[in-house]
Amino acid sequence: MTRIILNGTETDLDVSPDMPLLWALRDSLQMTGTKFGCGVAFCGACTVHIDGIPARACQTYIGDIEGAEVTTIEGVSSPEAQAIQAAWVELQVPQCGYCQSGQIMSASALLKETPKPTDEDIDFAMDGNLCRCATYARIRKAIHRAAEILEA
Amino acid sequence: MFHYLEKTLASQVVAPTRRTFLKLSAGAVGGLLIGGGVAPIRDAQASTPAEAFVQPFVHITPDNQVTVIVKHLDMGQGSANGLATLVADELDADLSQLSVQHAPSNPNVYKNLLFGVQGTGGSTAIANSFEQYRQAGAAAKAMIVQAAAERWGVEPGTITVSAGTVSGGGNSATLGELASAAAEQPVPETVSLKAPEQWVYIGKETQRLDLPVKTQGSVGLFGIDLQQADALTAVTLRPPRFGATVASVDDGSARAVDGVVEVLQTPAGVVVVAQNMWSAMQGRTALEVTWDETNAEMRGTDELAAEFSALLDQPGNAAPARGDAAGKLASAATVIEADYSFPYLNHGQMEPLNATVMFDGEKAEFWFGSQIQTLDHNVAAAVLGIDFPNVSINTMFAGGSFGRRATPDAHLTAEAAMVVKAWFDATGEARPIKLVFTREDDMASGYFRPMHMHRVRAGVDENGMISGWEHRVVGQGIMIGTPFEAFTVKDGVDHSSVEGAADTTYDLPDFALDTHHPTVGIPVLWWRAVGHTHTAFVMETMMDELAEAAGIDPVAFRLNHLTSDARLAGVLREAADRVGPAPDGTHRGIAVHKSFNTYVAEIADVRLREDGTVKVEQVTCAIDCGVAVNPDNIRAQVEGGLGFGLSAVLREEITLTDGQVDQLNYPDYPPLRISDMPTVDVHIVASAEAPTGVGEPATPPIGPAVANAIYRATGQRIRSLPLTKHGLA
Ligand code: FES
Ligand code: FES
Repeated sequence: MTRIILNGTETDLDVSPDMPLLWALRDSLQMTGTKFGCGVAFCGACTVHIDGIPARACQTYIGDIEGAEVTTIEGVSSPEAQAIQAAWVELQVPQCGYCQSGQIMSASALLKETPKPTDEDIDFAMDGNLCRCATYARIRKAIHRAAEILEA
Repeated sequence: MFHYLEKTLASQVVAPTRRTFLKLSAGAVGGLLIGGGVAPIRDAQASTPAEAFVQPFVHITPDNQVTVIVKHLDMGQGSANGLATLVADELDADLSQLSVQHAPSNPNVYKNLLFGVQGTGGSTAIANSFEQYRQAGAAAKAMIVQAAAERWGVEPGTITVSAGTVSGGGNSATLGELASAAAEQPVPETVSLKAPEQWVYIGKETQRLDLPVKTQGSVGLFGIDLQQADALTAVTLRPPRFGATVASVDDGSARAVDGVVEVLQTPAGVVVVAQNMWSAMQGRTALEVTWDETNAEMRGTDELAAEFSALLDQPGNAAPARGDAAGKLASAATVIEADYSFPYLNHGQMEPLNATVMFDGEKAEFWFGSQIQTLDHNVAAAVLGIDFPNVSINTMFAGGSFGRRATPDAHLTAEAAMVVKAWFDATGEARPIKLVFTREDDMASGYFRPMHMHRVRAGVDENGMISGWEHRVVGQGIMIGTPFEAFTVKDGVDHSSVEGAADTTYDLPDFALDTHHPTVGIPVLWWRAVGHTHTAFVMETMMDELAEAAGIDPVAFRLNHLTSDARLAGVLREAADRVGPAPDGTHRGIAVHKSFNTYVAEIADVRLREDGTVKVEQVTCAIDCGVAVNPDNIRAQVEGGLGFGLSAVLREEITLTDGQVDQLNYPDYPPLRISDMPTVDVHIVASAEAPTGVGEPATPPIGPAVANAIYRATGQRIRSLPLTKHGLA
């Protein structure tokens, strides 16, 4: 049994310690906002925050996160995340939407760390989040827009 | 391309009568409801109340919710929203009361008017629905108005509808308040549609209904996320080579894995059924299977390349020729001969393939991103041995497709049906089973954009005009070996290999094209923009070479040869006029191409990094797609379409060694990243022509535009892709 704090709530996971967090979320807790894209920490679709830091749930093992605070797209509610979500709608970022949970988790962590990111900061923070629909031009604009929203 | 399905499946399509039309629509709608003001997501099984207004394409409920029933799979291209916009415009609904819901599988009602069966592809979603969905909105409005006129005792002509409010004779009501009375009205035989200047949403920047939920985890949208009580997850161990089959299985260790429930066999491979995905994957790893490779494809891409290359020297199946290409080439001032090669490509849509099926021995229900519902429906019924009416399909939103979810053999549907049938035969239990492909399954299981080689000989005369063009194409035909071969392959030429070249609208009076379609045991499939993905590269880089040989500016040279295609010339001029100065230190290339009846010109500004790799910094596009139904969505599709094309140009390549696919996951096949993405400037040419597709046409021109820019930077002509082969990416 592993206890984590999931979206602010203490949650006990009765799964094997070597199960990736991704499958514990999706299959044991029926929380499917965190997506499966590659399973090898290369696409970013499964990005969550662990103790505030973006992490790939597909390569995070339950046995390693006892006591950790885990935030998923279902629970993320920081001012940065809200600004990102608002900018995402305003600039009409998603197409299929499948990668966007991960994009939003990475982008909101970026803004927390770097409230006024440059294009280089964005490339660095977001390069691990693939979007096969190639919504990247809008992701970049929307991150800048979210930074403006937060400043206002 | 899918219009070929029409003939094969015509027997399944019963001519609709109005009675069946209404009967089929009422209550026949499953699937997910999203968007709008009431509930962003309604339960998949939500039923429509009896007092609602229910027509095949629009439902209006007393709670004032307008639901547009979308017959096309939305895989990200915005078609659900586009169709909803068409209805809302004629109905004069308010966008805040609008929702969308995928239609059930029913070819009588929901067929693609260009294919004759229900299906999405070839960038036809808006094109075939433009009249139909506006008519549906107009008919609903006429019935609402008639109901209001009767209720208020006024003339219908005095009633107005605006932003969801019906007014007349001093009264007013919402659409919802009139829904049940409108449902009693006869459906008008004919309706007149608004003139373009009366449109309130079409042509305007409206926000997509599906995007708020897509910023909140897309909960409940995608097939892979489907949650059902009692459901099991299945993964299949597939043979390592195409055409191999199971020889023997030792599943003892697999069955011992915690959570594994059953191990089954289907023609696709050995299937592990488990309580969850993690157990299923671990169970699969524990399987010990030997394979019978008697009929397997054992060649790798090196061997295939050598064979294809040899075929370039031999005359092939000739498409209809014009003029005297050989004679003109013999007397041309300059002749350029060039060979080109293009690799197999994977679609790599981010939601791996999956399908959930529930089967009780008599009836089956499917949930997945079905792209050709009528075909999936037929295949499901055939595999399960049940009648067509006993199958239902809930179309889920799809996490990308790019062609991958539309397969002429409906292999995903067939495999999911075989799994659930094997499960039912083995256990007698009716439980939903979700078959999931891992990324490795998705990438290595074929259905690739086929590898192609081209050879072109083209000349220019003293006046700078093209003088003779001979073109040979070698590659697997997508339709060859499918049930549609008879309809798609003419004179031995598979149109999907030569579209964009054989039907070029450049003035080429002396033109000859032939093909070889070698038989290879690797499954191939259309990939966003199909044959244009390689033909446009060949045509547009060769045009650049010929322009240089003629000593003429590349835009002027193209325009000199576009005297019979004003729209293609129009986008070329538009892009050339609108483009700003090239950023310092960049090099510029241009390409223009028509596909799916849409015209696109792209100008790429490319920088060479210090390590010799290229960065595409900025792309300027002009597009003519007829009436621009939603300009912002068109820009989004152009940005995404050229990004998808650029991804392949830079780094994408599927290779095989001794018949085994070398790339298993994104690290081996790395798609475009944000740091690779150029800024994109899109100019939409104003047009009153009927709307044409926007999902695919921006993909073909990016490769040649970039290659032409690279030539300006390095003096090197790029004739094979991806650019990693040349140290350029
Ligand atoms: S699924 Fe975790 S990074 Fe791709
Ligand atoms: S929006 Fe489709 S993968 Fe990013």
